[in-house]
Amino acid sequence: MSFHPRMDYTPARFHASARALPEPGEAFAYTPENQARFDANVTRYPPDQRKSAILYAVYLAQGQQGYLTGAAMQHVAQQIGCTAAEVEDVVSYYTMFFTRPVGTYVLNVCRTLSCALLGAERVTEELSRVLGIRPGETDPTGTFTLLEVECLGACDRAPVVMVNDDWHERLAPEQVEQFAEALRTRGVASLSGCHLRKEGGPDHLRQGYGGPPKPSAEAEGPPLRRS
Amino acid sequence: MAYEPVLTAFVNEPQGYTLDFYLQRQRGYEGLRKALTLKPGDIIEQVKASGLRGRGGAGFPTGLKWQFVLKDTPKPKYICCNADESEPGTFKDHVLMERNPHLLIEGCAIASYAIGARVAYIYIRGEFYHVQEVLEAEIEKAYTAGYLGKNILGSGFDCDVFVHRGAGAYEAGEETALIESLEGKRAQPRIKPPFPAVAGLYQCPTAVNNVETLCNVPLIVLNGPEWFAGQGPEKNGGPKLFCVSGHVKKPGVYEASMHTTLRELIDDHAGGMIDERPLKAVIPGGSSVPLLLPDQLDIAVSFDSVQKAGSLLGSAGVIVMNDTVCMVWLAMNLLHFYRHESCGKCTPCREGTDWLFKLLGRIEAGEGQPKDLDLLFGVSSNIVGKTLCAFGDAAATPVLSTMKLFRHEYESHVREGRCTLPAPWRATMPVFAGSH
Repeated sequence: MSFHPRMDYTPARFHASARALPEPGEAFAYTPENQARFDANVTRYPPDQRKSAILYAVYLAQGQQGYLTGAAMQHVAQQIGCTAAEVEDVVSYYTMFFTRPVGTYVLNVCRTLSCALLGAERVTEELSRVLGIRPGETDPTGTFTLLEVECLGACDRAPVVMVNDDWHERLAPEQVEQFAEALRTRGVASLSGCHLRKEGGPDHLRQGYGGPPKPSAEAEGPPLRRS
Repeated sequence: MAYEPVLTAFVNEPQGYTLDFYLQRQRGYEGLRKALTLKPGDIIEQVKASGLRGRGGAGFPTGLKWQFVLKDTPKPKYICCNADESEPGTFKDHVLMERNPHLLIEGCAIASYAIGARVAYIYIRGEFYHVQEVLEAEIEKAYTAGYLGKNILGSGFDCDVFVHRGAGAYEAGEETALIESLEGKRAQPRIKPPFPAVAGLYQCPTAVNNVETLCNVPLIVLNGPEWFAGQGPEKNGGPKLFCVSGHVKKPGVYEASMHTTLRELIDDHAGGMIDERPLKAVIPGGSSVPLLLPDQLDIAVSFDSVQKAGSLLGSAGVIVMNDTVCMVWLAMNLLHFYRHESCGKCTPCREGTDWLFKLLGRIEAGEGQPKDLDLLFGVSSNIVGKTLCAFGDAAATPVLSTMKLFRHEYESHVREGRCTLPAPWRATMPVFAGSH
């Protein structure tokens, strides 16, 4: 290592890096049910390729806790047998993982071309107005998080909003107020759902949003951004 | 002669997705039964003879892809089904998986038998959780009925089909990025060669096929390659799903042969333009392909004829736009998408998409300068062909295509310092919020 006389090599400066390590948060371990689910899922892959189950393992952790803390990523790493950095690498890449608490209902408004042609941006504007938050923010009661996302693959039912793991199709800007109110009172049951969908299924993974922790004063950082 | 849908014949039947319905009404798993009596090499020959071309976007012959999969290797082989349907304007695989899941399961099993794989992974995008539920429940039923698992139909062939859920990444639709994601890493493409046929999933020989492609395989085995080839123009055979969205009265998924013209798709199938407004431009194959103009609507929507017209059929996501759409806004909307979805591996794409978006934003906001147009062209040209996967080319296409066909709109934006479409349209049409 070469040293430069004008460079400050005190430990604080030398190791300074822009990379923000996730806060460990509270101690985390899978519930027995989730542990059993993970153990079952990992058998889908060859025994020496446990890392393939990482997305599933992270979904489980997010489902249990609502979002992902350093401790949760550490736990996933132990389960998989990889480093915590590898888990963080994956978590930071994919848009469906949250490292900060989110509301009970995460409203993902599709903003790509087909939805935008039919007014998706006005839907976002209306949602912003009705809920009093901008895209990327969670409202103070911890009920709604508003996000703009890229193509959801339902361009024939534009504009589409994904609420947690459920869809609401053809949300006209004029219906937004009613939509938010129905969601507040009746939950995801008020959504239109996918027009092709006829029956329900297991929902242990869809609990993955807005678990127990709610956004608190100290959790407030810059708005959650997906870009 | 009216076209009889095959892939989507029963999508509107409430019980159409069930195993019983599939067995009774769609000659379910007869294709698999027949395939297991044939040699794997013969199935590949049949698929080659049928001329089936990949439905995911590239249109590569599926039979060839399977033939390239290394045979003499001690390593296991894999089928990966690409169900990461995220190309803007595309929503066909969604319908197949949700309403006809057993066709896909059967296709996976036959494909696995053909290339000698024992495991098929269906990589489904994370946003399709409701589709995944249906698919996994039906896979479970196929296991119980003996169409998957050990010693299928007494043939001694074992095959497992697993669903793997992604977590929100457009790039995972690229085949090597899909493999990386399946291995539990970031969805970033690999350097090719080696191609997946040689070193794919876990460095083993792998074939990656789109959902619609695999759904066609049981039909080819059952009805023969001649039937399949006879369903469309030469080298563009078979049933095809078209996704029509945008400013049409009845957007949706329409099954047709590739003899159909673009005009028939828009006017007959999709019910014509909303409010009878004139059509300004069409994207024929998902957001990554060049635009077509109203005078090109009489071409057949086949891989070859769309290419001849200067665009690509891609994933058959037809996005229709009327005369109220500003082409600078369109390019900016799509570049927002590409900027967000660029995986960041190759510098030209990672940096280029961001600069393109900023430049387009400046022009759309009325602050563009004449030199910006050359800059736009320069930046996009420097992305094309300089990235590991086709994403770079796809990202530059909306800019290059709109600049080629609608350069006057860019110029008037710069000249007038504002969008030059009539003000009433701007009031009703979406306007870029400018906050991000």
